[in-house]
Amino acid sequence: CTKDLDQAPTYLASADVIYRDPAQILQVLARLYGGLAVTGQTGGNGPGSAQPDLSFIDEGYSNYIRAYFKAQELTTDEAIIAWGDAGLPDYNRLTWNADNQFIRAMYERIFFQISACNEFIRQTSDDKLASRGITGPEAGTIRQYQAEARFLRALSYFHAIDMFGNVPFVTENSTVGENPRQGTRAEVYTYIESELRAIEPLLLAPRSVYARADKGACWALQTKLYLNAKVYNPSVTGNFDAAAVAADKLLRASSGYSLTPNYTHLFLADNDRAALRNEIIFPVAFDGINTQNYGGTTFLVHGSVGGSMDAAAYGIISGGWFGMRARRNLVDLFPGFPGATTDQRALFYTAGQTLEITDPSAFTDGYAVTKWRNVTSTGVPGKDVTGTFADTDFPMFRLADVKLMYAEAVQRGAQPISTSGTALQAVNDVRLRAGAPALASFTGDGLQNILDERGRELYWEGSRRTDLIRFGKYVSGYNWPFKGNRGASDITTGRDVEPFRVLFPIPTTDLVANPNIKQNTGY
Amino acid sequence: QTGSVSGKVTDSKNEGIPGATVLIEGSTLGSSSNMDGTYNIQNVPAGAHTLVISFVGYNTVRRPVTVTAGQNTEVAAELTENTTQLSEAVVVGYSSQRRQDVTGAVEQITEKQFVKGQVTNPEQLVQGKVAGVQITSGGGAPGAGTQILIRGGSSLNASNQPLIVIDGVPVDNATLAGASNPLSLINPNDIESITVLKDASSTAIYGSRASNGVIIVTTKRGISGEKIRVNVSTLNSVATPAKYVPVLTADEFRAYVNQYGNATQKAGLGTANTDWQKEIYRAAFTTDNNVSVTGSAGKVPFRVSAGYLNQNGLLLKNSLDRYSGSVGITPRLLNDNLKIDINVKGSVIKNNFSAQSAVNSAVYFDPTQPVTGSETRFQPYGGYFEFLLPAAGNTYTLNNNSSLRNPVGLINQRQDLSTVKRSIGNLQLDYKLPFLTGLSANVNLGYDVQRGEGTLAVPASAASDFTRGGISRQYKQNLDNLLLETYAKYTHDLGDKTHLEVLAGYSWQQFRNTQFNFDDNKADGSVYIPANRTYDGQLQYTDQYNLLSFYGRANLNISDRYLFTGTLRADGSSRFGPSNRWGYFPAGAVAWRVKGENFLADSKFVSDLKVRFGYGQTGQQDIGITNLYNYLPLSTLSTSTAQYQLGSQFYRTLRANLYNTNIKWETTNTFNIGLDYGFFGGRFYGTVDVYKRTTNDLLNNVFVGAGSNQSNAGLFNVGSLENRGIEVVANVDVVKGEKFNLTVNANATLNRNKLTKLTTSDNPNAVGIQTGNISNFDGLGSQTIQVNTVGYASQSFYVYEQVYDTNGKPVEGVFVDRNGDGTINSLDLYRYKSGRPQAVLGFGANMNYGKASLAFTMRSNLGNYVYNNLRARALFVQNSNGFVRNVSDEALYSGFTKNTDRQFISDYYIENGSFLRMENVTLGYDFGSLLKEGTTLNLSVAAQNLFLITKYKGLDPEVVDPTNGSLGIDNTIYPRPRTFTVGLNFGF
Repeated sequence: CTKDLDQAPTYLASADVIYRDPAQILQVLARLYGGLAVTGQTGGNGPGSAQPDLSFIDEGYSNYIRAYFKAQELTTDEAIIAWGDAGLPDYNRLTWNADNQFIRAMYERIFFQISACNEFIRQTSDDKLASRGITGPEAGTIRQYQAEARFLRALSYFHAIDMFGNVPFVTENSTVGENPRQGTRAEVYTYIESELRAIEPLLLAPRSVYARADKGACWALQTKLYLNAKVYNPSVTGNFDAAAVAADKLLRASSGYSLTPNYTHLFLADNDRAALRNEIIFPVAFDGINTQNYGGTTFLVHGSVGGSMDAAAYGIISGGWFGMRARRNLVDLFPGFPGATTDQRALFYTAGQTLEITDPSAFTDGYAVTKWRNVTSTGVPGKDVTGTFADTDFPMFRLADVKLMYAEAVQRGAQPISTSGTALQAVNDVRLRAGAPALASFTGDGLQNILDERGRELYWEGSRRTDLIRFGKYVSGYNWPFKGNRGASDITTGRDVEPFRVLFPIPTTDLVANPNIKQNTGY
Repeated sequence: QTGSVSGKVTDSKNEGIPGATVLIEGSTLGSSSNMDGTYNIQNVPAGAHTLVISFVGYNTVRRPVTVTAGQNTEVAAELTENTTQLSEAVVVGYSSQRRQDVTGAVEQITEKQFVKGQVTNPEQLVQGKVAGVQITSGGGAPGAGTQILIRGGSSLNASNQPLIVIDGVPVDNATLAGASNPLSLINPNDIESITVLKDASSTAIYGSRASNGVIIVTTKRGISGEKIRVNVSTLNSVATPAKYVPVLTADEFRAYVNQYGNATQKAGLGTANTDWQKEIYRAAFTTDNNVSVTGSAGKVPFRVSAGYLNQNGLLLKNSLDRYSGSVGITPRLLNDNLKIDINVKGSVIKNNFSAQSAVNSAVYFDPTQPVTGSETRFQPYGGYFEFLLPAAGNTYTLNNNSSLRNPVGLINQRQDLSTVKRSIGNLQLDYKLPFLTGLSANVNLGYDVQRGEGTLAVPASAASDFTRGGISRQYKQNLDNLLLETYAKYTHDLGDKTHLEVLAGYSWQQFRNTQFNFDDNKADGSVYIPANRTYDGQLQYTDQYNLLSFYGRANLNISDRYLFTGTLRADGSSRFGPSNRWGYFPAGAVAWRVKGENFLADSKFVSDLKVRFGYGQTGQQDIGITNLYNYLPLSTLSTSTAQYQLGSQFYRTLRANLYNTNIKWETTNTFNIGLDYGFFGGRFYGTVDVYKRTTNDLLNNVFVGAGSNQSNAGLFNVGSLENRGIEVVANVDVVKGEKFNLTVNANATLNRNKLTKLTTSDNPNAVGIQTGNISNFDGLGSQTIQVNTVGYASQSFYVYEQVYDTNGKPVEGVFVDRNGDGTINSLDLYRYKSGRPQAVLGFGANMNYGKASLAFTMRSNLGNYVYNNLRARALFVQNSNGFVRNVSDEALYSGFTKNTDRQFISDYYIENGSFLRMENVTLGYDFGSLLKEGTTLNLSVAAQNLFLITKYKGLDPEVVDPTNGSLGIDNTIYPRPRTFTVGLNFGF
């Protein structure tokens, strides 16, 4: 009768059943990708929904892209947010501490993703597959899935070391339930690099299946990793050449990648169209019906709309959220705006808005940004009839970024590669596509040109904080409104902040839960 | 010159009492009553005398009589039962004991002590009556859920609800879809007594479900040999709102918006004067009718009852209809050696929930706007006024920046109906084994089955769901709980009043919860979100857990002076992995009945004195129906709205869930020292209990090391908490006369709750776990107001300290820099008070004068603090796009206009919620046998919630959310009505 105490539900799945069936294995893989997009298993309706991935955080806040955008953009010269959620104004002002819930959301989401990938990699080892009767060509397919899981894990580890420095280091060889040790930033960098090299031959050919991590995604991440390598490990050498080599694999004509003619189409509800797949190398896919949550592009579109903006024109009849605007530094990258610029990338809404910000919580302070929208290239609203959830996909990597990274690697000393052209050509490719005039030449070493071009091209796509740190302009030497703000005098100019703010703190909660983890210096 | 006196001695049911003693005071003349209760005393000297009528277990009655020579004088007397009687049977787990033999902290409330008036849910019968038991409804809706907290609650994330046992069946406390309170499916009229087991020595026999106390409900039975009696009762009441939430009137609101608003906001003001709260509330009628037949059919005692309750809520359309019935048959066979107990109770409730969201929107909706608007722009929304935004070409669209919708529209454009059914029953056989005197065997087969289903219909024109095209939706849930229990009991007299009782048993219980998935349709019936098939391809899924138990108890009574109790229960739960599955819960108690000692035996002053000491361990395993399989590594399939796209296909994904192979029981250690006392011949009696309860291995939702598991946090056995308290119960028979009686009862509880450990490793920078969501305004995200921190009470408020100007007015957005670092940030938050009361008091009195009676029950909580969310929202928001919310009258005082997160979590809004509530006053008159000999007729008039004395500025300081255990956060609740009831009870 004590057998009655062994209860297992039939509506939940155990690993032993899942990993016998390639179709179900693909459903797990889809969830690994979905870790960048969804917030739970029921379409995430804020707190209290039935199956959130993470606890102790508003489900919408816990979305990967939402947390990533806030950490990478609100803490820079590009964006400011009106909302007063505890800890969010500290992003605007670079005054966060280790109890910040948004920093915690990013950290926990990264490690949620890493844990999920580890479990998948663990369960798809050759031994386990064989023991569950998966062999031959089927096993080959699963091995390729496993390489994709390793890519996703590498991507999250890249975000981890970029934002947090020394981080918990867990792999498929770790034991579930045991606290991981802390890996150094340099050590984890080396690990990511070796993983990407190992999986490159196993991945799908570029652009074979939409939203899958293929060789192109791997090359893009390699480019980014190598370009930033000295931030993670100052003793690295040869990294800029490696960056240029990786970039070249995407840039050479034979790769098949190309810039899409219309810049603005990259951020619309139908940006998963085939026409855009030549530029967007790796998207995070959202869908107003099938991939619902309050993060991702739903957050980016709603959060950008407020003031006198007509929500319907952005495909969100349920209303704007009166959140993010541009700081003036971003607008200033487009000299002559609103009149004299031909640059399509100056996507600002000015009616009723002021350029200068005196009160971050007033949506009308600062120009609004119209880059992210939930309407198609023909002006049709997204699929969700309530006008809430967006269809727009988030380009994690796209070709214009790779062009600018190539240019930067070259200007930083890499050998130019003929199939990718010169650094100046790469920058001008990006400019011309957007209707901006070509640069005749770089100023000086060209690095400021490139940083500014990255601002113009990639603003509000989650790249800025990493860029400013790589250029040594994040904590000091370059300031923006409200940076380091402690009083009225810093509102318009900002001030230098402590050098340790190039890293976010490890959340206090993890220091409590895992005694192996030491806090970053300064916090 | 003598005459005679004769008459009949009866009990409260008008039954004759045989064997009662009737004496002429100051003489040796007397008699005892016959089988039918009549007596006759001859040869009484003429003149004035006093008759003294007494019987064991009843209050003695004195009656004046004037005897005339040669004549007979009739004097009838009705005796009332003496509840202080020490031989009264008290229900304890799996048996009952004489009051004087009880060794644990056990309190029993019987029918005549119940709270009277319009009582819908059984737990309301003892609200305010039992020391250490805090019963708080979630609001004033018919059948609203209730939070029952015994001795402060021993858990943090696990359930704090006590185990409820109805006629021997431990019932499921999972919530049923469509029922706000599953206990409302029990008709309170069928209940005879409610016993609360509070300390471990009394509850440990229920092992792993006993940490938060046990409530044993016993229903009424027929009595062998009794005449058949029919009782018909009707209660009819009218409920009215006792008070409205204090918000600005239309004129005040116009002035307010004109002072602070921008041009658009001013232009948006209307000319109407609408009191939205008055628009949605009404005087609500209730009728509660019951009929019961009790008696003996041949040798088979039985009771059959039926009830119909129709209760209307204050909120328009809100109603509850309950049809209930019960049958109890209790035959004795085989020379009374086999006792059979069959109980079947069933009820059906039909709920109309109306639109509960209107309660909130009526507080905040603009009072200058009309209920309906004749303009064409309102036509798409059923003609109700709604906030609209101008759109292209002189048209309007619904303003979706506001979730505020017309409260009257919400109610009229919503049909939220449910039908819930419940049946509880059991067959219990108790057989005295013939071969060994004192040995009996008991088998109990029971069930508790619940069915809930409901529908929600919102037309496409309703503003609330306009964009999705209205709602047509249904839901359904089944709960099935089966019980098989068997135990043997052996009692043995060891001589010299020394007595041993041993009990050993086995129990098997199964809980199944089946939920059904349906399409979510639009109003026109087309599918909005299709039903999700489960992983195994079904449109329903079942959660099941099983509990296996072995238990035993020994009671030793030496000379009625020294009492010993020892219990042990072993529980196995399917919630835990094989290595942690079994929990062992021992308890022991000793009591010294001092009254039984020679030196007190003859004391007139001391009528009872007993000292009790108990210690025991109990467990808790109820971590909710969604946490049944924590120890297993399982994956969850996503719904269709959480798919992911690869290529051109969307996949429902499989997510591995966090698991904890080591999850096990919570353990609570309880020490209890008690004193039972009685003085002045039993006229002043009661109990005092002092306890300390420590829970270890709390089932606690804690963070795990990042990367170590499949989520950031989960349920682990981490942490400890402590409850210490004192309970005092006093009953005084103030006046005991022939015509006038007055008894007063009072109880007081002091409880201190403290968290002693919350995390595996200690970190001085850890603030603890923040909890208690509040409601703020757009753009501030979610905020919490409470925190669980080691060294503090759970759910302590965690707030900024407000700065005030020289006039004592709060300065907006300015707070004390408590850590003195020059900036105000989260490090300046501090822990201030909690929603838990420092003291809980209950006070009641019963008095009667002749045939009239008056009873009341008052309740009071002291030192409970409340976050007044409505006052915190009393600020003018400029950013509101095209609409303005009404505000608390606080806004006129503070004049706050900045929508900042910190102001919402200021200690300025934490108010003392101490209160005194007149729960019930009942005036009754007993007409006796008005129509015909042997009939009874009672009339009663009752008032509930007659007054509430509090300094709290909101509607009602008693705020809990029974669904999630939150307390002390007042974000407008369904108001508790003031109810006047007229009742008529007729028996024959």
